[in-house]
Amino acid sequence: MFEGWDAVTLARAQFAFTMSFHIVFPSFSIGLASYLAVLEARWLLTGREVFLNLFNYWLKIFAIAFGMGVVSGIVMAYQFGTNWSAFADKTGPVIGPLMAYEVLTAFFLEAGFLGVMLFGLKLVGPRLHFLATLMVAIGTLISAFWILSSNSWMQTPAGYAVNADGQFVAADWLKVIFNPSFPYRLVHMVLAAYLTTALVVGAVGAFHLLRNPHLAGSRVMFSMAMWMATLVAPIQIIAGDQHGLNTLEHQPVKIMGMEGHYQSHPGGAPLILFGLPDQQEGKVKYALEIPKLGSLILKHSPDAPMPGLDTVPRENWPPVPITFWSFRIMVGMGFLMFGLGLFSLWCRWRGSLFDSRLLHVFAVLMGPAGFIAVLAGWITTETGRQPFTVYNLLRTSESASPLAAPAVGSSLLAFVIVYFVVYAAGVTYLLRLMAQPPHPGEVGPPHEMPTRTAGITPAIEGVSQ
Amino acid sequence: MSLAIDLATVWALIIAFAVFVYVVMDGFDLGLGILFPLFPAKADRDVVMNSVAPVWDGNETWLVLGGGGVMAAFPLAYAVLMPALYTPMIAMLIALVFRGVAFEFRWRAQGERNPWDLAFAGGSWLAALAQGVALGAILQGVKVEARHYAGGWWDWLTPFSILTGVSLVIGYALLGATWLVMKTEGRLRDRAYRLSWLLLFAMLGAIVAVSIATPLLHVQYTQRWFAWPNIIFTAPVPIAVAAVTVLLLRALANKYDYQPFFLSLALFALSYAGLGISMYPFIVPQSITIWQAAAPPNSQIFLLFGVSVLIPLILGYTAWAYWVFRGKVRPESGYH
Repeated sequence: MFEGWDAVTLARAQFAFTMSFHIVFPSFSIGLASYLAVLEARWLLTGREVFLNLFNYWLKIFAIAFGMGVVSGIVMAYQFGTNWSAFADKTGPVIGPLMAYEVLTAFFLEAGFLGVMLFGLKLVGPRLHFLATLMVAIGTLISAFWILSSNSWMQTPAGYAVNADGQFVAADWLKVIFNPSFPYRLVHMVLAAYLTTALVVGAVGAFHLLRNPHLAGSRVMFSMAMWMATLVAPIQIIAGDQHGLNTLEHQPVKIMGMEGHYQSHPGGAPLILFGLPDQQEGKVKYALEIPKLGSLILKHSPDAPMPGLDTVPRENWPPVPITFWSFRIMVGMGFLMFGLGLFSLWCRWRGSLFDSRLLHVFAVLMGPAGFIAVLAGWITTETGRQPFTVYNLLRTSESASPLAAPAVGSSLLAFVIVYFVVYAAGVTYLLRLMAQPPHPGEVGPPHEMPTRTAGITPAIEGVSQ
Repeated sequence: MSLAIDLATVWALIIAFAVFVYVVMDGFDLGLGILFPLFPAKADRDVVMNSVAPVWDGNETWLVLGGGGVMAAFPLAYAVLMPALYTPMIAMLIALVFRGVAFEFRWRAQGERNPWDLAFAGGSWLAALAQGVALGAILQGVKVEARHYAGGWWDWLTPFSILTGVSLVIGYALLGATWLVMKTEGRLRDRAYRLSWLLLFAMLGAIVAVSIATPLLHVQYTQRWFAWPNIIFTAPVPIAVAAVTVLLLRALANKYDYQPFFLSLALFALSYAGLGISMYPFIVPQSITIWQAAAPPNSQIFLLFGVSVLIPLILGYTAWAYWVFRGKVRPESGYH
């Protein structure tokens, strides 16, 4: 099997597949951990039971999502060695310590306090328990810090030298960590995680409001989520714009791919709204474009010249059809979120936040929007870096392990089968929990529940119907 | 130069420590999964799972530190060993996916037979076997050419690696059984005692078999253990193994709660020390020493700062988490 295949292509497919399945869970758990900390803090401050109920409700969901993030994350950590050993050898001295710091400062913190957070409220009391929740939330953010620093270094390498063995070595650790694209990517990703979570929480709240507009838990979570969407979506659009300008400065070829700029535009570039990029012919077919707007957005001047991919050797082109479309999907989702935020604000002002069926249906439909945007955004930035793993310095084709195609193909096949089984089950369980409304006397994860044979007790099932 | 040499040794010790903590912590954790088929009653299984549910994630994090630490401190070794151990590594990762999600999923599954119990047991078996096989494959050495692994993707499969794989399954099962002795009561604990006896003898058999087979792999291993004057330093290891075994037999005979687990850990520590004696100073036996594989000093020093502050901190709050969930797990204890 896989004899005629290219091992590097298979390794890339494996990375894309396992990464796409993985990133969904951290994006959710980063936001959800912070949300849980906020819920518990409000419970401790106000003593209102609805916050404790919501905390326990989302804690069960968090436990599943976090576990799935952990196991798919271990796969990612080892993949650098299994499929990308040349990359590991050459970049290990720079990226290795960053990832090891992630383990030391974030993974252990999350894992160490997770048990207490999930099962320990009655054992340690509310104050220490809140500390544990806070540590888990902080851990997820520290984790984002380090992993985005390493990813950003691959996009915009800085502070490095190359030694006699051809390895990258750090010349200045601060420049390595705070490389040019890192602050932008970190802000953009953390906001994305918060938005993703807000949209899920909002969709669940809206779903239950559609069935019963009076349930306190649904109202509180929906209101909180809509505040988040209202406030964060516009900030995210600004952050994304700034990130784009930073990319133009440090990775102009990636921008060419995202914009579909095969040709140079010495007198000002158009904004191509839609079209079919043809990588072979090197042009965007059926392009629907607004003249000069590309230069206006990217250079803040309608007549600013913009070089295109015709100034770049073809072997250094990113796969434009992918980056062009994934970028548009991400931006489209961003504006839909912005729209949801505005609509909810208007309903809130009119006093119909908990009654507008249109708003609730919109919010339910937007539930997965954050995940779609995160995936599309990562596809944009990762394929936009191609054909390099370390931008302009190390080619993807020179990064792979010296493995034959059958080895890489078999492991890819194994991951595909296993992930579809495990994730189908996991998503089913998550949706099943979300389908229950939050109710008074909500209990935490199942280890504190009475002995029972099924996952959902008949009592809880009765409430939902 | 002398600084670099010292650093590489320091880092070898740090990695060895991280891997050992992993083996100790996830060892009993995997061991519980290995023993799972022997506890068919649902009530027993719930207790077994609850005895480790609050800490399993932390246990597994040491594996990520071991891998990440090798990539950071000895990138060449990481780059050579991971492709060489390709199949066992992929098998281990997939096994860990199954058993990891089982901790939450098994409470959510509906129906009579719980498929995630099977995932937990099967995943634990496969992960333990794969780790043991990987250990054997490292000991027997891998083919290296110019900073690359140069062998095929089934080179690891030999009778020796199968022996080390099975041995580790037995060892983890012993840790799991003695953990249950410590954490449970009544019928479950009696069962764990009986299993501990059996597994202890199996473990001793495995130690003897691996100890005989290892020197036969390479003449270097033979010299390391038996040549004069090395034998002065190596002889205490088997003597200590014998002493710990006697103590462990006594602890089991007297039905002590805590001693069997900690003495089993001591047995692991001694086997692990024996492994270190065989391998040092190679990180890829017979091909790459720790100095050849070492990352530049500034990478090792940069991370050393973090390790020296953070590892004690991590051990501190991990100990706290174990303390919070200390004592016997009673079937009704968590349910208020």
